[in-house]
Amino acid sequence: MTKVILCFAILLVMGAVFGAILAFAAKVFAVEKDPREEAIAECLPGANCGGCGFPGCSGYAAAVVAGKAATNNCAAGGAEVAAKIAEIMGVAAGESVKKIAAVRCTGCGADHTKYNYQGVHDCLAASRLAGGGPLACDFGCLGMGTCEQVCPFDAIHVKNGVAVVDEEKCKACSKCVDACPRHLIALEPYKTKKHVAIPCSSKAKGPVVTKICTNGCIGCSLCAKACPKEAIVVENFLAKIDYDKCVGCGLCAQKCPRHLITVDGVVPEVKKPAAPKAAPAAAPKAEPAPAAKAEEPPKAE
Amino acid sequence: MDVSLFTIALGAILVNNFIFSQFLGICPFMGVSKSTDTASGMGLAVTFVMGLASAVCWPINHFILEPNGLQFMQTIVFILVIASLVQFIEMFLQKSMPALYTALGVYLPLITTNCAVLGVVLQNTQNSYGFVASIVYGVTGGLGFLLAIYLFASVREKMEFSECPKAFEGFPIALVAAGLLALCFMGFSGLKIG
Repeated sequence: MTKVILCFAILLVMGAVFGAILAFAAKVFAVEKDPREEAIAECLPGANCGGCGFPGCSGYAAAVVAGKAATNNCAAGGAEVAAKIAEIMGVAAGESVKKIAAVRCTGCGADHTKYNYQGVHDCLAASRLAGGGPLACDFGCLGMGTCEQVCPFDAIHVKNGVAVVDEEKCKACSKCVDACPRHLIALEPYKTKKHVAIPCSSKAKGPVVTKICTNGCIGCSLCAKACPKEAIVVENFLAKIDYDKCVGCGLCAQKCPRHLITVDGVVPEVKKPAAPKAAPAAAPKAEPAPAAKAEEPPKAE
Repeated sequence: MDVSLFTIALGAILVNNFIFSQFLGICPFMGVSKSTDTASGMGLAVTFVMGLASAVCWPINHFILEPNGLQFMQTIVFILVIASLVQFIEMFLQKSMPALYTALGVYLPLITTNCAVLGVVLQNTQNSYGFVASIVYGVTGGLGFLLAIYLFASVREKMEFSECPKAFEGFPIALVAAGLLALCFMGFSGLKIG
């Protein structure tokens, strides 16, 4: 009987002692957390995507409070969250431009392959093979969905051999941008004005591109010449848009002989006077009819 | 003395490896071995707590439980001690060593319920180790855990890129790999020092 009592006594005493030590330690070792940090963490999306460059949402909250990060770095939350954070921190919110990921390939190269690939279904593995992968185009989307796997928001999917971004779901965390072994994906400002895009990354010369792709950029510079704002630069046989200069007029899309350039995700129908001018300039004969192109526009975004 | 400590250390790391021959601490072993970063973090935290728990539990067992003939209370008392100890360490680290605290991160509180920690203190008493031997056994047992989880995480990282039958994807193939690793460690059971 005494043993039972002793058991209880020892456990009771130990429990009390440890409890006292912990209670004491909680006071002594209390770390003062800035209440703002918690408040910021609460209004962040909580997806821990890491798009801001900090380890997770709480990491970003801590960085904001420490003054190491701007209040508008959360791409996923957008302007709404930036405004809330700014309110908590008591500073004016900088303007946060919503961006989305854009795949710079229309995927037509999928029909032109160098060899039959039988390996691991992963872009990284495929791109390390001899010749840089099975695609004939050295710059095209391999379509094996490495971006799909890394996307925390289920916003990018491979459809018909090319990655397509779901504009609704994309939070511009740039995980896919880092994952793509061919560096096809880039962040582009989303519909601040009419969104003009050149969905191609091919730095190959014109004749090569026309052979292996139905609408890849051949670097003819017609778009650059058409642009009234000089927003398009052709480098290494590839046209690129400077979104700081682009006003979204879409004149370049009218001129493109490859019907590659899209305006708000759609290849615009070429207005009649522009067509005969553009065609003889650089377009090869193997070009598909513009009507056929217009049927599959959402691909490009 | 030194030789026997060395024997204890080598035994804890290789021969009686906590995971591969005693099957203690399998939960964190499977749970956080997806990448070598998290695995090494967990391994370090376990080593740290195992050593400290051994150091704290030995005097409690030796000066409180044994004189009163209450060895049957070991399990419940040690659980109490370990749980409070981990809580205390967490608070202490957060205040005085924030760098180590962030390095160990979420793994520290997870260890509260790690059976490998309870196992090490119980074995200390079963093998009637002295104070120093207990600490050595605790720390090296943790190092054995670190070795095992790091090896396993490396294997799993490689497995991510290999194709395997649909039915085996994920945990099943990981369990098979763990079994193979355990078989490898069986080879150490013939090791004799002395």
